[in-house]
Amino acid sequence: MAYCSEKAMNTLLHISTLHYLVLGAALFLLGIIGVLTRRNVVIVLMSIELILNAVNLNLVAFSRYWQSIHGASALHGQVFAIFVITDAAAEAAVGLGILIAFFRNKETVNVDEVNLLKW
Amino acid sequence: MLFLDHIWIILLLPAVGAAVMFFFGRKLTKQSVNAVCVGAVVLAFAFACGTVLQYNGWAEAHNHQPYQTILYTWLGTGSTGAPTAACSLTPNGIASPDTSAQDQLCYSKYDGTLASFNADAGFLIDPLSSIWLLFVTGVGMLIHIYSIGYMAHEGGYYRFFGYLNLFMFSMLTLILANNYVLMFVGWEGVGLCSYLLIGFYFQRKSASDAANKAFITNRIGDAGFLLGMFFIAWYMGSLRYTDVIAAAHSGKFAIGDPIITAATLLLFVGACGKSAQLPLYVWLPDAMEGPTPVSALIHAATMVTAGVYMVARTNALFVLAPTSMLVVAIVGALTAIFAASIGLVQNDIKRVLAYSTVSQLGYMFLALGVGAFAAGVFHVFTHAFFKALLFLGAGSVIHAMSGEQDMRNMGALGGKIKITYWTMLIATLAISGIPPFAGFFSKDEILWQTWTREPDAYRLLWGIGYVTALMTAFYMFRLIYLTFYSKPRMSHEVEHHIHESPKSMTVPLIVLAAMCLVSGFLGWPRSLGGSDRFAHYLDPVFARGEVHVLAEQGKAEQVAAGEREEEHTSPIEYLLMFLSVAAAGVGWWMAGRSYANADKGYVEPIDAASPAVYKTLLNKYYVDEGYDYVFTGRRKLGKVRLGAMGLGDASYWFDAHVIDGAVNGAGWMTRVIATISSWWDKWIIDGLFVNGPAILARVLSYPARLFEWGLVQWYALVMTAGLVGFVFYYVYH
Repeated sequence: MAYCSEKAMNTLLHISTLHYLVLGAALFLLGIIGVLTRRNVVIVLMSIELILNAVNLNLVAFSRYWQSIHGASALHGQVFAIFVITDAAAEAAVGLGILIAFFRNKETVNVDEVNLLKW
Repeated sequence: MLFLDHIWIILLLPAVGAAVMFFFGRKLTKQSVNAVCVGAVVLAFAFACGTVLQYNGWAEAHNHQPYQTILYTWLGTGSTGAPTAACSLTPNGIASPDTSAQDQLCYSKYDGTLASFNADAGFLIDPLSSIWLLFVTGVGMLIHIYSIGYMAHEGGYYRFFGYLNLFMFSMLTLILANNYVLMFVGWEGVGLCSYLLIGFYFQRKSASDAANKAFITNRIGDAGFLLGMFFIAWYMGSLRYTDVIAAAHSGKFAIGDPIITAATLLLFVGACGKSAQLPLYVWLPDAMEGPTPVSALIHAATMVTAGVYMVARTNALFVLAPTSMLVVAIVGALTAIFAASIGLVQNDIKRVLAYSTVSQLGYMFLALGVGAFAAGVFHVFTHAFFKALLFLGAGSVIHAMSGEQDMRNMGALGGKIKITYWTMLIATLAISGIPPFAGFFSKDEILWQTWTREPDAYRLLWGIGYVTALMTAFYMFRLIYLTFYSKPRMSHEVEHHIHESPKSMTVPLIVLAAMCLVSGFLGWPRSLGGSDRFAHYLDPVFARGEVHVLAEQGKAEQVAAGEREEEHTSPIEYLLMFLSVAAAGVGWWMAGRSYANADKGYVEPIDAASPAVYKTLLNKYYVDEGYDYVFTGRRKLGKVRLGAMGLGDASYWFDAHVIDGAVNGAGWMTRVIATISSWWDKWIIDGLFVNGPAILARVLSYPARLFEWGLVQWYALVMTAGLVGFVFYYVYH
């Protein structure tokens, strides 16, 4: 950081909760976009994981914020994040199982070929 | 009372003859046919003579009543006029229906007592029917004998005699009936036999046409007869002659009673049809298509006198209706002169005689119309003899000429067929009215009665009768001159075959000629010293009505004094007698002038004087053509057809255009409705109501399908959109 000014070096950006939320929203949005637009099922599953992890980030950020406001620690968010991770894991397993079944039927992993109900 | 009680035997004999011919005729020989049929009529004549003799004896003792025999009640209830249980007479004698009875109709007679409609099979003999009976059976017998010779070479021998016998049966029924209905049976029967006999040579179209014409024209008259009969039955309450005459003489009817006038006029229409008066005479000249004995029997002596008989029988009613009598007289006189004028120029020998018959019948009706009933009947009597003789003689001439009937091809036959010539000459003298032959007395009596009755009323009719007498003499002597005198105008083969007829034909001619000479003496008038026996014989039939009329006219004292109205003679009678003989003489002379020396290509005097008149007379005043235009519709008037066939055309037009038009219109209507209905069904019902919801559903399905695309990521997008929507809702609410 040679070009940064001292003042700039001294004034480090205060990382507030907002930054975490924005990151979380961005990750969420990326995840949504991935679910909606990617063709490969595996990528869709990965995007779902991304959504869930974005949510985790959101939860943890709010848990820390609560602590910064109220002083007492409220670990509800973090605990909820543990649940979400567990849930994500289970969901990934099930999703992969569906993927395997799906592959066995259609010999392909492109989600836009699941169109037997298409008119 | 052997003969009187068994009058039906007279009828039975020819009926049996006809029946035998019908069933077995084909197998019989000519001799058997002769024996059966001619024998039947000869026996009938003998029986008739016996009957009349017995009646005369009986009538002397019984106040000259008619002798009635009733065999059985043919039509009707059989009641005698006493009130039945269902119809009772109220206190003032008027029959009234009992309303509790079912289907019982009560008619009251003119005097209030109960009417009964009965028609018996019954017979009546009185002076009128005696005269007719004698000459019908007598002349019929002679003609049957004549036909043996005439029809000897013709086919259908048994058929001819069968029909002749059937005719005798019908005519005798007509004469001997005691009521109008049985007379009508005979009336129709003679019409039928006339049809059968005129159309005897039915293979000839002209013959079958003539037969149809005769029957149809007769039928028109019959309609009038029936209507007259119905009037009498309704008004008088009975159809028996004795009842009707008693009612007419009872004085309950006023002279000029309208119903009686109507009834008598209608009966006269029937007489016009049967006795060939204007306008229904057209069948008689065409009826000459039949064999000559038929013309002699039916159309000279018997059938055509049936009308005269009927009017004479109904004289009691006619006397009560002076208007009808005037009509009868006028029609008679006009017919006489009309037919005589046509007869002046005809070339067929039988046609001349046919028109002569029509003319003489006109004389008879003239006599009946002016009230001289006995004179009319006397003329019928004498006419039967000389006209039958004329026809039979003409048949003999035709036989001699090998079938030639046109007088233009005859001539100078007098020397070759002497018996025929002399008998026909006698008959011609008789018909022309030259004394002392029969026709003079009867025709002169008619003309005298026309002059004197109701002075000045009938002078014009006398004038017409007088001119007709002149014409009669002219055309009859024309016939004699052209046939028996003048130069021969026939071809040579025919000339070689001229021969006198066999005895079976000439003997009747001689007998009839004798009757022509003798029968006139029966009516020798009082003015010439005779006793007028004929008229007196008929007194019981005609006089009583006259008494009633004279009483009405206030001449009752004259009657009580024992005179009849026309009994005293006056000098005028001798003058008129002389005039009528003079007319006959003038006619004879004129005919002699023109025809006595007629050679081939002779000129008719009327043609020389006025070809237009000649042409009109030769074509019978175009009456037949007129009838074709107006009544039958055989000829079209321009584009339109009138008459009976015109009715057919009109009916066809109506059916084809109006009725079928309506049917077609209904069909067209149905098609139009069907078209509208199909359009409605196709576009509105099917289009709007059936297909519409379907289209709506299909249109709506397009967006609806988007919910079930089958693309997983689309579902995910929709979910995301929903989520965003919720978020916005929470943020901005």
